Amino acid sequence: MLVSLLGIPIFTILLMLQLAIVSRLPLLQGTADLLMLFVIGWALHERVKHAWQWSLIAGIMVSLVSATPFFAPLFAYLIATAIGRLLQRQVWQTPILAMLLMTFIGTVLYHGITFVVLFFNGTALPIQESISLVTLPSTLLNLIFALPIFVIVNDLAHWVYPVEVI
Amino acid sequence: MKTTGSGFWQTATLLLVGVGIVLFALSGFMTPLLGTVLSPLVNVQEWLATRYMAVYEFVTVPRDVAALRARNQQLEQEVTSLQAQIIELQQQLREAQVLYALLDFARSNPQGGQYVAAAVIGKDPNPFLKYVFIDRGSDDGLRRGMPVITNQGLVGQIDAVTATAARVRLITDPSSVVNVRIEPHRSEAQLVGSVTGDLTVEMVSQDAPLQPGDLVLTSGLGGTFPSDLLIGQVISVRKQSNELFQSAAIQPVVDFSTLQAVLVITNFRPVDFSPLIPANTP
Repeated sequence: MLVSLLGIPIFTILLMLQLAIVSRLPLLQGTADLLMLFVIGWALHERVKHAWQWSLIAGIMVSLVSATPFFAPLFAYLIATAIGRLLQRQVWQTPILAMLLMTFIGTVLYHGITFVVLFFNGTALPIQESISLVTLPSTLLNLIFALPIFVIVNDLAHWVYPVEVI
Repeated sequence: MKTTGSGFWQTATLLLVGVGIVLFALSGFMTPLLGTVLSPLVNVQEWLATRYMAVYEFVTVPRDVAALRARNQQLEQEVTSLQAQIIELQQQLREAQVLYALLDFARSNPQGGQYVAAAVIGKDPNPFLKYVFIDRGSDDGLRRGMPVITNQGLVGQIDAVTATAARVRLITDPSSVVNVRIEPHRSEAQLVGSVTGDLTVEMVSQDAPLQPGDLVLTSGLGGTFPSDLLIGQVISVRKQSNELFQSAAIQPVVDFSTLQAVLVITNFRPVDFSPLIPANTP
């Protein structure tokens, strides 16, 4: 329970960094998503037992703050967590590659869901511009941020779930 | 006795010689001789003094270097601290300039609006959306739908409010639509945002003499924004004879990428038309 609650201050700090700094550092029109990267890294870690709870916390936080309709970030984060957990069981020997792969999948997934919910909300975005000016730059930025986030998540996971010495 | 007598003469001779030398010296006759004798001695003395000072410096200078290094480090720290202060003061000066500009605008605005100044504290995490967060909320009298401006022109509209913060939808958002008037020919049109942040006026009548350089202002139609708020300038016109309307790209007067402080017009409430729309409209 306490480990689940630990996600609240961590994601609060990440959300503040995201809103104040990362979202204001665009590449073309794309920006990185620290919270999604953290959720993915957490879901991919073999020691982590509370990936779903943390994903839920991050998703709710971003959904409440963002103007994205229909709690789209929450669904995107939960689906990314599901794929991440699945991938973690399959290719856990290469976590860095899994992180990079999941970063790509997560970004495309999140942007795809956003695209769909905005369409149903009455805002039709041009597909070609959206991909070339938003999704691809965001993917690149997320891939750049993925490695430091992976290291931080790894250290945090070792701190939260220490090895039990028998 | 003989010994005593010869000692007397020896002493007397020495005294006479000594007195003679003194007298010679006092009278200046000894100067060349003294110069000849003392010159090598002075040279030797000089050599010794130089060597001694070299040894002295060799022993003592390392301590001075250490002291100088410590002093240098202290001064470098002071310089760093002062540079940080300069940067901080420049930042405060820039913020003050922005606030003074907003204040001037609020004072000089002939519409007599009531304004609440707010700082932009964040941007929406979703890159498809153009929303910003400001540090004023319902505690400061802000309500959903209130227009947000700067001293340059229209920024957007408040979309959501909490007690201490608010979310503002910029006019560059893809879902934003603003009714505008294009001057000087007073053509009515709609300003729409885009995913790239570019602004376009659409639904401009084919008869309107749209030209680059025309000014775009809010028309006030629809009741969502007050009229006559400056938005931007026409930079290029797209007109095709087979289309019903012409459109134009707009250069906004507000730089949305460096938005720091805004004014919220608190005495303007958007008109709610929803009760007038029949529920079973086809």
